[in-house]
Amino acid sequence: MRTVLHYLRPQAGQMALQFLIKISGTVVELLLPSLLSTILDTCALQGDLPGVWRLGGLMLLCALLAWGGNVVANYMSTVISRKCTIALRRDLFARVATLSAAQRDRLTEASILSRLTSDTYNVHNMVDRMQRLGIRAPILLLGGIIVSLTMEPVLTLVLICTLPLLGLTVVYTSKKGVPMFTRVQESQDRMVRKVQENMAGSRIIRALNCIGREQQEFDEVNRGLAARQRTADLTMAVVSPLTSFVLNTGLAIVVLVGAWRVSMGATQPGTIIAFLSYFTIILNALLMVSRMFVMYSKGSASARRIEEVLQLPPELEQAGAGAEHPAQEVHVAFRDVTFSYNKTTPNVAHISFSLRHGETLGIIGPTGSGKSTVLSLLMRLYDPDEGSILIDGVPLPALTEEELHSRLGVVFQNDFLMADTIRENIRFGRDVPEEGLQNAIDCAQADFIRRKEGGADFPLNVKGRNLSGGQQQRVLVARSLAADPRLLLLDDCSSALDYRTDRALRHALRERHGSATTILVAQRVSAVMAADLILVMDGGRIIGSGTHEELKQTCPMYRELCLLQLGGDAA
Amino acid sequence: MNRGKGPGMATDRPKARSGQVLRRLGRYLMPHRWTLIFASLLSVLGNVLALLSPRLSGAAIDAIRPEGVDYPVVLYYVGWMILLALLSSALSWVLSALMIRLSRSVVTRMRTELFNHLTRLPIAFFDTHQTGDVISILSYDVDTVGASLSTDITQILTSLITVVGSFAMMLTISPRLILVFVVTIPLSILFTRFRSRLVRPLYRRRSKELGLLNGFAEEAVSGLKTIRAYHQEEEFCHRFRERNEAASNATQKADGAACVNGPTVNLINNLSLVMVSVFGSLMFMAGDITLGGVSSFVLYSRKFSGPINEFANLLAELQSALAAAERVLHLCDLETEKADAPDAIDMTGCRGEVRFRDVSFGYLPGKTIVHHIDFTAQPGQTIAIVGETGCGKTTLINLLMRFYDVDEGAVELDGIDIRTIRRDRLRSQFSMVLQDTWLFDGTIAENIAYGLRGATRDEIIAAAKAARIHDMILSMPEGYDTRVTGSGDSISKGQKQLLTIARAMLLDARMLILDEATSNVDTQTERLIQAAMLELMRGRTCFVIAHRLSTIAGADRILVMDRGRIVEQGTHAELLRQNGVYAALYHAQFDSVEKAG
Repeated sequence: MRTVLHYLRPQAGQMALQFLIKISGTVVELLLPSLLSTILDTCALQGDLPGVWRLGGLMLLCALLAWGGNVVANYMSTVISRKCTIALRRDLFARVATLSAAQRDRLTEASILSRLTSDTYNVHNMVDRMQRLGIRAPILLLGGIIVSLTMEPVLTLVLICTLPLLGLTVVYTSKKGVPMFTRVQESQDRMVRKVQENMAGSRIIRALNCIGREQQEFDEVNRGLAARQRTADLTMAVVSPLTSFVLNTGLAIVVLVGAWRVSMGATQPGTIIAFLSYFTIILNALLMVSRMFVMYSKGSASARRIEEVLQLPPELEQAGAGAEHPAQEVHVAFRDVTFSYNKTTPNVAHISFSLRHGETLGIIGPTGSGKSTVLSLLMRLYDPDEGSILIDGVPLPALTEEELHSRLGVVFQNDFLMADTIRENIRFGRDVPEEGLQNAIDCAQADFIRRKEGGADFPLNVKGRNLSGGQQQRVLVARSLAADPRLLLLDDCSSALDYRTDRALRHALRERHGSATTILVAQRVSAVMAADLILVMDGGRIIGSGTHEELKQTCPMYRELCLLQLGGDAA
Repeated sequence: MNRGKGPGMATDRPKARSGQVLRRLGRYLMPHRWTLIFASLLSVLGNVLALLSPRLSGAAIDAIRPEGVDYPVVLYYVGWMILLALLSSALSWVLSALMIRLSRSVVTRMRTELFNHLTRLPIAFFDTHQTGDVISILSYDVDTVGASLSTDITQILTSLITVVGSFAMMLTISPRLILVFVVTIPLSILFTRFRSRLVRPLYRRRSKELGLLNGFAEEAVSGLKTIRAYHQEEEFCHRFRERNEAASNATQKADGAACVNGPTVNLINNLSLVMVSVFGSLMFMAGDITLGGVSSFVLYSRKFSGPINEFANLLAELQSALAAAERVLHLCDLETEKADAPDAIDMTGCRGEVRFRDVSFGYLPGKTIVHHIDFTAQPGQTIAIVGETGCGKTTLINLLMRFYDVDEGAVELDGIDIRTIRRDRLRSQFSMVLQDTWLFDGTIAENIAYGLRGATRDEIIAAAKAARIHDMILSMPEGYDTRVTGSGDSISKGQKQLLTIARAMLLDARMLILDEATSNVDTQTERLIQAAMLELMRGRTCFVIAHRLSTIAGADRILVMDRGRIVEQGTHAELLRQNGVYAALYHAQFDSVEKAG
């Protein structure tokens, strides 16, 4: 909740004004009944015709003022909640964008998504409704109590005696309610995940005839969500009836105590009647408060989930702008790096190599041998458990975000295409001149783009699904080349390309981006054999390093790969 | 069917009439009609009890006289008051519990139906719609509709009963004074109608913008790694900000416009109060009415305006529900894959003879992607499809599995047009390993056994061993019971491919489709699983798409495709002899060695 308040603070002035207007509107409206009784009791009885018209006009004025006040105040509340929601969502997304890979894995994508959408929505609703109800109810409550106190302090005491009981109800249910709504949101995460899975796996699910099973599983998830929602709502539903029961019982006791007071001669029956009508106002106000409190429980459960993300400690923090780091002879160096995703068995162990500017490193090895992990560590998506990684002689944590990521070109294995034009997918938010874009397309052998309708402005479907696998890869390669990278990381970027295209791509890379330091992860010897240095990895360790010729002599695994892939004559 | 690229559900939605929308939503309420009626009765009963309570307290106070208190009478009525309080609280609790159950069950049913519909939509839908937008429909829109539908309807019913009751009471007091309402009621009705016309498009826009925002958020969250690598966090935050502002502004516009409604209806009611007091006074002065008559008239008109007020607020809420309902119904209206004909063939087994008969097809109307494809695969043959990327290889697989239906020609299985076979039966004749590996949130074992319910652990392990992934699985923290979470970086793409191969190995289908099944698997592992693959392929009709020509050299027939046409076909040896496209492709892999070396 503190977070939500923090976001409301900039609007404090406006909120105060809104409160003021709302208060005036409410008070003016409350004047209407008393004006009515004046008209009837004095003017009508005395036959004062001008008085009837005068007071009637006054009532009209009050009605109009109340209308104006309420409209303005309600409108202002929507403006205030808009600002609050915009800021909250914006900051949450910004935090999400800078989460470390490990934090993201822990939270899971589905949960991040539902926090960004459904939780911010709940908080918005809470802020909006609280502003509208939050004024009227307390005014009525306070006004009612003050008037009744001045009228009959002893009877009011009876009323006040019930308040702790009500407070207890509210505190107790809120203690239970917040965790319940938290569980509702967790179920929501599960539902989001199920839908995501089904949207992504639609082909496989159909191919394997598992539609029925998915439907059944979704139904379970959905029922689970409904059950939790029901439990939370039912718990909250106790508050209103309980409040009204306690107060109505209090009312009955007031009558009893009133009777006693009358017999003592301490009060008049008329006072009790008046007291009872104020009691009704108090009861209504309290019911409103209890409704607000349900909204609060729901909103605060969501607010907590948002807070949880916002307050995650920054991991992988980068240095701020500081000293310039001049280029050194050695561009990239790994020094005895060991890392494990789940901190049990290391996924890579004791990795060391160094690479000068403009050199090419090839990494080859069986599936799951840690090749991609080396790239992830170099991009600082994770920090190594042991050892250090240096760029231009500076350890990664000492580099600014800017230094590390600008002029970096990368293609991941499961990379990301957006539902946008090809041009936007290649630019990827960077300032890429048209010439650079065209060059990147040429170099990536992505000439097919020009044959598309609209060329680079051809719109891609969700996840680039209207391109073939090989076309997707070439758009990704073009993206990695577009900003003239100094460091180029290509993770199996040609697995869906045919040999001819693959060869042309490698040729073009050498010709046009020879000055970029390049790390190539590949399955094919032909892709890495021209590299200045080749690492052969197996089980997270380097089992051979050197040039193609050297490795053919020294590394049996490499020799075997050559024999297998290139045929006898090449080896 | 929506084949083309759709910018999202948001824009291509026709505007539905509210009557039509309500009628269709009524279907969800029909099974609960008795509950609804019961709830309305309870609610009326609650109102009656509320009217009784002042009379009880009045009776009690009548017994309190300054000259002497009649305690037995006071106690009697106080007892009744407490009983009444208990009763009415219990009633209101039962009522809200009833409504909660009702609205949850409506929401649950609507959501499950919507999801089931989703699973029957053509594949093209999933290629053209943002997941986030769909989630937004399944969550907020369904919630908004379901919750408001059930609660609003009881409240409207209750309000209606109260209004009619009060109206009758007022009629007995003064038929002339009631003329005041001849002015104010039509005013209220006209106003609410006018506003709802104005507000609904705004709510429609709000739902749409929220959908777009969610679509963007889902897309961006799935690409966070790439965004980070290119240091584009700020740029994406900026884009998010734009959509966030658009969505928040649309929400504020709708809520802002709606917030005029409550106070205005209140104003109209207050106007009637002013008129009642002024005209009431005038009539009193003319001797047409007693003062007591005016005051009870005022009291009843207050009772009368309460429900009208409520009604106006409900109408505003209903607008947002109707706008949400339009999105829900629009998704419901998307055409599903054409249902199987009632006489569709219930194929249980097949020999595995596949024939493409002069097939042409395009994803977009008028844009043919594959032209005049014509070939036959004999049972047990292995057909390899090669060609540059984007030449239509995967499209052939899409047609074979009936993810899409051909535009011209026919695909036949054992001489039967596959369009006449039940889809599920047709698909169960194939097992397939696709380019994009798909794992769901579950254990490794569950993922492998996905296609074969009830596979034993031994069978799963055997499949994993054959796919050469057993050792890797054992090295994971909990072995076969390790959970795979969607984005899990710790499993490489090659390993995911091996897991999907293991999944296919568990299935016993007559035909096998391998679409770049091992593109990210290293050659050594590939060679190791080759034996298992060959075992898997033996006796089955296989369709293999691969770039590594070594994996397809043994195929019975190789189809060479170029720009959507088959340009060469034959065996490896025949094609090499032809010295055409295939030969060039084949030699290219050796050229690369020479040049590189």
